[in-house]
Amino acid sequence: MKKLLTGNEAIARGAYEAGVKFASAYPGTPSTEILENIATYKEDILAEWAPNEKVALEAVIGASIAGARSIASMKHVGVNVAADPLFTYAYTGVNGGMVLVTADEPGQHSSQNEQDNRNYAKFAKIAMLEPADSQEAKDMTKAAFEISEKYDTPVLLRMTTRVCHSKGIVECNDRQEAGIKDYVKNTKKYITVPAHARILRLKVEERLQKLLEFSNNTSLNYIEWHSAKIGVIASGGCCSYAKEVFGDSASYLKLGFTYPLPTEKIKEFCQKVEKVYIIEENDPYIEEQVRILGFDCIGKNLIPFCGELTPDVIRKAVYGKENPSIDYDADKVVPRPPTLCAGCPHRGLFYTLGKRKNLLLSGDIGCYTLGFAEPYNAMDYNICMGASISAGHGAQQVFSMQANSPMRAVAILGDSTFFHTGINSLLDVAYNRSNTITVILDNRITGMTGHQENPGSGYTLQGKETRPVDIEKLVKACGIDQVIVINPNDLKAVEDALDWALSLNEPAVIITRWPCVLKKFSPQDKEEFKGSFTKRCTVNTEVCVGCRSCIKTGCPAIYFDKTSKKASIGLDCVGCEVCLQVCPKQAIQKEEA
Amino acid sequence: MVKSILLVGVGGQGTILASKLLTTGLMEAGYDVKMSEIHGMSQRGGSVSSQVRYGDKVESSVIEVGGADILVSFEKMEALRWLKYLKPDGKVVVNDYEINSMPILSGKFDYPTGILEELASKVPTKVVHAAKRAAELGNPKVMNVILLGTIIRSMGLEAIDWEKIICDNVKAKFKELNLKALTAGMDLV
Repeated sequence: MKKLLTGNEAIARGAYEAGVKFASAYPGTPSTEILENIATYKEDILAEWAPNEKVALEAVIGASIAGARSIASMKHVGVNVAADPLFTYAYTGVNGGMVLVTADEPGQHSSQNEQDNRNYAKFAKIAMLEPADSQEAKDMTKAAFEISEKYDTPVLLRMTTRVCHSKGIVECNDRQEAGIKDYVKNTKKYITVPAHARILRLKVEERLQKLLEFSNNTSLNYIEWHSAKIGVIASGGCCSYAKEVFGDSASYLKLGFTYPLPTEKIKEFCQKVEKVYIIEENDPYIEEQVRILGFDCIGKNLIPFCGELTPDVIRKAVYGKENPSIDYDADKVVPRPPTLCAGCPHRGLFYTLGKRKNLLLSGDIGCYTLGFAEPYNAMDYNICMGASISAGHGAQQVFSMQANSPMRAVAILGDSTFFHTGINSLLDVAYNRSNTITVILDNRITGMTGHQENPGSGYTLQGKETRPVDIEKLVKACGIDQVIVINPNDLKAVEDALDWALSLNEPAVIITRWPCVLKKFSPQDKEEFKGSFTKRCTVNTEVCVGCRSCIKTGCPAIYFDKTSKKASIGLDCVGCEVCLQVCPKQAIQKEEA
Repeated sequence: MVKSILLVGVGGQGTILASKLLTTGLMEAGYDVKMSEIHGMSQRGGSVSSQVRYGDKVESSVIEVGGADILVSFEKMEALRWLKYLKPDGKVVVNDYEINSMPILSGKFDYPTGILEELASKVPTKVVHAAKRAAELGNPKVMNVILLGTIIRSMGLEAIDWEKIICDNVKAKFKELNLKALTAGMDLV
């Protein structure tokens, strides 16, 4: 049966067909839909959101040790979080096959960096596969489980944004049950005390030799002969881009199994072609191997080292020319930056924070990162998931060393980010007693990645009701005595909470509890937030003086009409009342939507 | 021969459903199809595109600069933003519908004037009023299926069994409405 699937949907299908029993992940673009689609196979696969990527990978490792085929998926930076268990499971090897999907982001569509996770396979000394399209994503997921079990290794399946999110036609097959292997206690394999780990270390090298032999012989790495004048070596999505540019004027060494790289096949190819081009996004991963083998090639000296290598980019680099295109008057195009939604519960907080002086606003990863932008200008930095609290703590300790420093650190992060790695950061604040202020934006869901349930939402990925964590109690149990829960749409409550926290000489936590405007309400939400999002605000144009105070809330529902010099509010308003509270003339009123 | 269709608009306008229906139809008609979309960080309210390529054998899912046979824009200004992706001998279908971006809402910029004239001076341009047509059909949300209709007619894809595609992919109670929207779209170009 043929289906049109994204790369992410195809991986899910591959996991299903391969007989996977257990899957875990933390959402992150462009990987999120992998687990969401695995979760649809409810009868056959237990799929769970984990609080973070390290936990997800460890759960998957446990499932693999217990004998089930298991898969973890995450965005590229998630693998940094999960690196610790990965490097040790690389030593022990598996029982049930284990695959880790890394979704890399050449071009940084939704990420803070552009790291090339192919380096992780080499670093951790594990096998790696790189699908080029949806069909390969499915086929290689299945192959990865075979390789994992045959060679006793975790397998890294490396995707990129375009392969994740592009659709192609996929031939689907039935599920082949792989069963659950017997669990046999084996401390020499799984207890990694130095005496055992030194032996495992040698086994890893033996394994790499076997994998190298496999790499040289597998049909996952193949040569497509056309002209011998140009030889292109490429892996993943880059291969299809290269074919658009070179067509039949080049021969191709298409690499699907990319760690260890097939040295013999590379030699054979390079000896037979006149000129070798290496087309790869980000690092010169293949190029370095080709050069070590003693072949000259055209790689990063010509091909960009960052961004996506779409056909136009390759064409320009190789031939110095671009396709003819149409020029237009660029003045007629106004920027369209992403914005916080109308009714976003983060608005009231950032509006208030942005007006305050002498605050270091320690940010984090989520929709709320947009708090840095106009009109709020209410964020100083963001580093990685969870870092708002710990980096805020470090900054506060330095401010506190200076007797005259007026500065205070305010850490800002969402509920899901708090569960991800914020809890241990808050323990640092509580334990070392800095007077850092932490604001947890509890919008009752993991928002930015498209609404995934989390430990605070009360539901599991596969729809089971579960016990939601009580953030207030958790914060107190960490050792923070000063905690307040507020509605962030109430600007006075926000001001008062900040004043209160700033007056303290000990750690304080402010929890802003209001649902994401896009959230599908659970029965509990309907009860707790009764009547929310059912009204709208309107401007009384008789009273409006055109002062633009409401415009400064940055709400996309509010429009300033230059002709009438008055504000107006569109139908996308959901009645959060932030604008109503900032209007100095009481020109905004609320009515039933 | 590979054809490339570029659908652009503003996050939330339904380009994703339109491209899903389009690619499904092309697949069932026997073409090789690839489609690329970028979704992720706060695309809501931002500029979005769906890139559809079909033919005997499609390699890249991405449409390059100067590579699209047709540019169908769900929003007026977006047509110009993406124009460089059109082949110089390509054509534009543009929905005469404005969505103000944040810099316009805040009064920093005005919504640009003369966009349709600028487009028409460069390339064959068909202006459609899909929002008005959707309102006439009783549901503003079917604007995307109306625009899908314009693509089908513009690319000569009428022979594909779109009724079946729509029935397979939309809820039963919206079937009639969407079929009407599709026909309405085809009649607009």
